Amino acid sequence: MTEIRLRDVRKSFGSTDVIHGIDLAVASGEFCVFVGPSGCGKSTLLRIIAGLEDVTAGAVEIDGEVVNGTPAADRGLAMVFQSYALYPHMSVYDNMAFGLENAKLPRTEIDVRVRHAAELLQITDYLRRKPKALSGGQRQRVAIGRAIVRDPKAFLFDEPLSNLDAELRVAMRRELSALHAKIGGTMIYVTHDQTEAMTLADKIVVLRDGTVAQTGTPLELYNSPDNAFVAGFIGSPRMNLIEAVAEPGARGTALRAGAARIEVPPLAGLAPGGQVTFGIRPEHIAMGAADESDLTATVAFAEQLGGETYLYVDAEGLPQLTLHQPGQVPVRQGERIGLRFDRAEMHLFDADGRVLANGLVP
Amino acid sequence: MAEAAGPSMAPGRLMTETRGRVRLHWTDVFSYAYLAFGVLLMFGPVVWLVMSSFKTPAGLVEFPPTFLPLGQIEVTVEGHDDPLLLFDVTMEDGTTRELAQIRRIGIVSQMIDPADPTQTFRVPIENREAIREFRLALENYIDPLERFDFLRYLWNSVVVTTVATIVTLLINSMAAYGLAIYEFRGRGTIMIFVIGTLMIPITVILVPVYLVVTQLGMVNTLWAVILPGAATPTGVFLLRQYMLTIPRDLIEAARMDKASEWTIYWRVVLPLAMPAIAVLAIFSIMWRWNEFLWPLIVLNRSEVYTLQVGLNAFQGELDVQWHYILAMTVVTLIPVVVVFAFLQKFITTGIASSGMK
Repeated sequence: MTEIRLRDVRKSFGSTDVIHGIDLAVASGEFCVFVGPSGCGKSTLLRIIAGLEDVTAGAVEIDGEVVNGTPAADRGLAMVFQSYALYPHMSVYDNMAFGLENAKLPRTEIDVRVRHAAELLQITDYLRRKPKALSGGQRQRVAIGRAIVRDPKAFLFDEPLSNLDAELRVAMRRELSALHAKIGGTMIYVTHDQTEAMTLADKIVVLRDGTVAQTGTPLELYNSPDNAFVAGFIGSPRMNLIEAVAEPGARGTALRAGAARIEVPPLAGLAPGGQVTFGIRPEHIAMGAADESDLTATVAFAEQLGGETYLYVDAEGLPQLTLHQPGQVPVRQGERIGLRFDRAEMHLFDADGRVLANGLVP
Repeated sequence: MAEAAGPSMAPGRLMTETRGRVRLHWTDVFSYAYLAFGVLLMFGPVVWLVMSSFKTPAGLVEFPPTFLPLGQIEVTVEGHDDPLLLFDVTMEDGTTRELAQIRRIGIVSQMIDPADPTQTFRVPIENREAIREFRLALENYIDPLERFDFLRYLWNSVVVTTVATIVTLLINSMAAYGLAIYEFRGRGTIMIFVIGTLMIPITVILVPVYLVVTQLGMVNTLWAVILPGAATPTGVFLLRQYMLTIPRDLIEAARMDKASEWTIYWRVVLPLAMPAIAVLAIFSIMWRWNEFLWPLIVLNRSEVYTLQVGLNAFQGELDVQWHYILAMTVVTLIPVVVVFAFLQKFITTGIASSGMK
């Protein structure tokens, strides 16, 4: 079991700073996901942990030992690459055995380990094939198998599912989850797909421009985002984020956005005239009669999925809003509907995007 | 046509393949004519060389030249010790007979009928024509191989070519690995220096290299030919450019797999660079086999001669033994042709079509 800790890790390529001081602890046996938009430095961070990149400043610790100067080969980690990076000239068996041969293990031991991993991943039938003759999902398994056989201190995954088609991705996601449950082990997983992050992670680290935007369990991030970026990034479809101006209202404060005026309970730190952004997730907007609604909007289009319905509505002076309704909703394009925001589920952010309140309740 | 002419196609079908139409289009005719011209241009001299290598010295200087090697038929006639040459003779009465020539005096030759040796004829030489048959002058091959120790030269050439090619591939691929896989300051500059040495002709470095070889005591050993040319800028460049195309992920995966640098080079990069290695191997074999100037300088004793130097020995100041030169040229061509025929398939098959997407 392995604990990985980053202390004020910084990285520059020439004069470009890509990682601006990251402190992070990945607990033993934890499935930690780095998520963020492309260019946020998540892959670089993973490569720093792997030892494939040097840090410019700061320290990487594995089990309390600083490994800054330790080459990748001696860190005892295994990595699964986005491209799988299977050796094209070796059979599946040789691909998996390569690392063990380098570790000078006896032949019989190698054979036992490779066959065990192959069984675990159900690739025993392909052991003699070359990677070229495998499908994307099979290659993926081989790449994971190559990591497993080494019995590493921790697994590093660099966007391993991004080359698979949607269906296979969902399947492999489940398998990875099951694998983690079965073999345990510390895993760090990099992805730009927040759904993968939500479904796989014990802990999510949201990265943005080389800094940590927020760290927490998936539902912590979902329910209490620290800032507007995390609020917008986590959750699919995205949270509706609306810029508004605070002004005095009947019950305390009101938020004016476009033609809408939304009464909210009084709130510390929310001064009249202040620029704010409020967020509301699609499932927390209710459709209702016009007289008790916060605003009325026109249905731009509706996605009827049978079990659930997504509505995209336009309201005067506001960006397009997304609604998620359970079941089937009989609305037509162009229809005017009333919308009511669930105050308990509204998020409020200041002008810099920092959270003021998650849930506007008195 | 490119798609249709796959390797599985029968040769017969390939020859009559058209551009999707039933009849030959003029472009097909033109293509075939152009290709035929190309074949003639490329293979004509080689075929002529092979044909000529089987001709006798007399047949070689004959004008007009014949395409096939021919030899005049000789018969043994009773009463004469040496075999006599056979001619078709037009007699004064207009009939033609086959006669053997006893001797020629000026423009008249004295002839005899092989069937009836008692009868002799005096025939003006313009009335007779030599009877010839297709005959291979195999002594062109046998003499040098037996008398002039050409097998020894052949062996020397094989040793030089094989050892030099192996050394070249090893040294060049190691240099290329360093210049392709590692990122360090000055990598580009070093590469430019390596390429820059291409601009220095061998004549410039001939004397200094000879001095070095002499100091090392390698003159008149095969090492003198093998070592100086082992590191070629062309080879380093070729391999390095190819190695740059090997995905970095593979190298990094190998590093994560605890592979040493030698293991990465030997077990990952080298197998993946095989297509480039094959190309360089072919080049190296052809360079080394055909190399002439440098071996001529450092190999002065006939037991260390390579084929090319040995060939030169037939070229005296006054007398050039063309029949031997031509025959031995054919011998020297054979290995190169064989190597090319086998390895050229290797060039076109890239084995690095990979497990990458």
